[in-house]
Amino acid sequence: MSIQITIDGQPVVTEAGENLVDVAAQNSVYIPTLCYLKGKPCLGTCRVCSVRVNGHITAACSVPVTEGMQVEVDTTELADMRKALIESLFSEGNHNCPSCEKSGRCELQATGYEVEMVVSRFPYRFPLRPREVAADHIWLERDRCIFCQRCVEFIRDRQTDQKIFSIKGRGITAQIEVNTELANRMPPEQVREAADICPVGCIIEKGVGFNDPIGRRKFELQSVRERALGEEES
Amino acid sequence: MNNRIQAIIQRYQTDRTRLLDMLWELHHLYGYLPDEALSELADGLNMAVEDVRETSSFYHYFHHRSTGSYTLYLSNTVIARMQGYQEVLDALERETGATLGEMDPSGTFSLYDTPCIGLSDQEPAMLVDEVVFTRLTPEKVSSIISQLKCGRSPEEIANPRALPKTDIAYVDQLVETNICKAGPVFFHNGNDFPELLKNCLDAGPEAVIGAITQAQLRGHGGAGFATGLKWKLCREAPGATKYVICNADEGEPGTFKDRVLLTRSPQAVLMGMVLAASVIGAREGIIYLRQEYIYLKAYLEQQLQLFREQRLLGNNILGHADFNFDIRIQMGAGAYICGDESALIESCEGKRGTPRVKPPYPVEQGYLGMPTCVNNVETLVAVTRVMQEGAEWYQSLGTEDSRGCRLMSVSGDCQRPGVYEIEWGTTLNQLLTLVGAEDPWAVQISGPSGECVAVDKGGERRFGYGDLSCNGSVMIFNRSRDLLGIVKHFMQFFVDESCGICTPCRSGNVDLRNKMERIIAGRGCQQDLDEMVSWGQLVRSTSRCGLGGTSPNPILTTLQQFPELYQAKLTEQSGVLLPSFDLEAALQGNERARIELTHHDYIPRELIQDPETEK
Repeated sequence: MSIQITIDGQPVVTEAGENLVDVAAQNSVYIPTLCYLKGKPCLGTCRVCSVRVNGHITAACSVPVTEGMQVEVDTTELADMRKALIESLFSEGNHNCPSCEKSGRCELQATGYEVEMVVSRFPYRFPLRPREVAADHIWLERDRCIFCQRCVEFIRDRQTDQKIFSIKGRGITAQIEVNTELANRMPPEQVREAADICPVGCIIEKGVGFNDPIGRRKFELQSVRERALGEEES
Repeated sequence: MNNRIQAIIQRYQTDRTRLLDMLWELHHLYGYLPDEALSELADGLNMAVEDVRETSSFYHYFHHRSTGSYTLYLSNTVIARMQGYQEVLDALERETGATLGEMDPSGTFSLYDTPCIGLSDQEPAMLVDEVVFTRLTPEKVSSIISQLKCGRSPEEIANPRALPKTDIAYVDQLVETNICKAGPVFFHNGNDFPELLKNCLDAGPEAVIGAITQAQLRGHGGAGFATGLKWKLCREAPGATKYVICNADEGEPGTFKDRVLLTRSPQAVLMGMVLAASVIGAREGIIYLRQEYIYLKAYLEQQLQLFREQRLLGNNILGHADFNFDIRIQMGAGAYICGDESALIESCEGKRGTPRVKPPYPVEQGYLGMPTCVNNVETLVAVTRVMQEGAEWYQSLGTEDSRGCRLMSVSGDCQRPGVYEIEWGTTLNQLLTLVGAEDPWAVQISGPSGECVAVDKGGERRFGYGDLSCNGSVMIFNRSRDLLGIVKHFMQFFVDESCGICTPCRSGNVDLRNKMERIIAGRGCQQDLDEMVSWGQLVRSTSRCGLGGTSPNPILTTLQQFPELYQAKLTEQSGVLLPSFDLEAALQGNERARIELTHHDYIPRELIQDPETEK
């Protein structure tokens, strides 16, 4: 059903029930995201896509659009909240871009640039979370995990449908785990998928860490904003 | 394969959604959850063991290392801390030989603290396995521990007359109900429930919804959603089957009125559930009972049995061929967040208590994906009373925007802590007089998630959805209390209880707690206060659920009501460095590196003081 909403005062015609992040992108409005994957169920974990919908601040990725919805994206207050959430992720973990295999391909880094983050306003915590290296083709740099849940929800063992990745503990004691046995039977393309959907450098494919030269990595060729908007145009 | 584990899996028909129950059974078997047992359970359920642990590690009553023969949980609340918590903890450590968080060397006692166990009217209190001991003193602790050492079980100590656990006398022996003021709604005796249900079934579901809507009954859990509308939406939602859930996960620190209702008015709760089932068309109901109330379980099971005998539960209820409904009790395992209805549903499905993304709402897709009606204990009793006495009677109580009565769990600095039934519209001062408050200074309304009210400023405010929308927790503090310390305790509670699914709540509450510690330590400046407000608003507005949506409230509301307390702690900034910046500590990293490079010795990081993690 065709409906009309407004984004930052501009009328937008779209289909009822479409995801707000997608609708915005289709209309050249970039909303930063870290956990959202187009076409997959909403995870609603990072909150980096916070916007105001009908007066209430909410994560855009969790909003199916409805007739008459009034959406605000580009306000000083909202932009600063989104930036603060990204900064919060930087201070909560150890995100040392120059020494990270994911640099240039990291969504957190790319989104940080996009919101013009310079330094986190929150005190850096420098957590010590032991890395997990037991699996043959994958290792986990746990202090980079942002708990987006992408791997937990979307990467499953193809034979048994069991979870390969999971979270242990809760709150600040939570950490990402991987089942070694299931990880060892992931086919190469699934290993790559897991490393690719990780929005940070937590899930790393062994042996191929620095294969793309600096300057030719994903977000160096095309910014995260361009990719988010450009994919819609094609 | 271990036969006992296989038997557990079979008892739950390899149903992964009953994982919480299976984990409890394992826990009872071993006293903790051994890795091998979890692996076997995982194999039997076609799950990765990490997936099982994803659930088990979420709940703080599940242990993954061996525990002593007796597990002691001392309630660590601000009220307990006002009433002798520290002396009792010292006595426990001395008598058991266990330090807090550990097991004693002989393997007899494991000692933990735990957030509010719903006994703020009789603190200090502790759970020993499944038995509760209240009004603890060092002498009482000595007596209990020496008896345990002599081989008496916690049950024998707490229940020397060996009363059956199904009997209310057993519950009364363990805890006081302390109903200080009963009113027209909640503790009504002489009910004829078969007659009531018959009348409601005759009138039909639309009439029941109509009465509840006309009564303007709103949910008593805290959010205040219109109960009639919730039932109507759930009734109209398409679904092959539907569920009724009673939220008895009373976790807000300071409240205990649901415990008292479950003890004194359990059948009115059950009646409310049966009425909900008849209206929405449910066949199954669940009471989600927090583990802290485990001593009520047998008693509640007995109440369910009495209902079945009266044909108020089971097949063909009151002879209606198409009305089949029964209720099971789901035990929680220690997680404040499970009071959120969607987190509670996840927990009922054997998963982590993570609040769901909404929409869809539980009335559309709830338990097992089916339309589900989740109501608080107190709401269900109110429903029963509305149907007994009529909507007009209920409407005559309370105020224009808040009909009816509300139970208050009152604790802290007053002569008569306990449960009070008050009409909405009562002022805070009236309540304070009623409970015999002694020199009241600040009142924490609705627990840590609510607001702190300065009595001299807000004493004439009225309880009601339009103003003091209280969830039932009222903690009174007199002028001798350390309010900033209380705020810090509340922030630590939220740090401990955040499920961690979303960034602002997981990370932001830690930053807020750390700021609070900095202020209390006298190292804060005005910039810190400004940042607390700004960060607090960020957490409040961007979090996924009500936990993060309210967790900054202890700071934000005390800053507003008692700004002078914060101002008195501030330090003037001299020079270019913030007062919280410890130059010496910060330079120790350099010192460490120098020593390491010179001596090739690695110095463990924890030995070097980190300015930001310093407590």
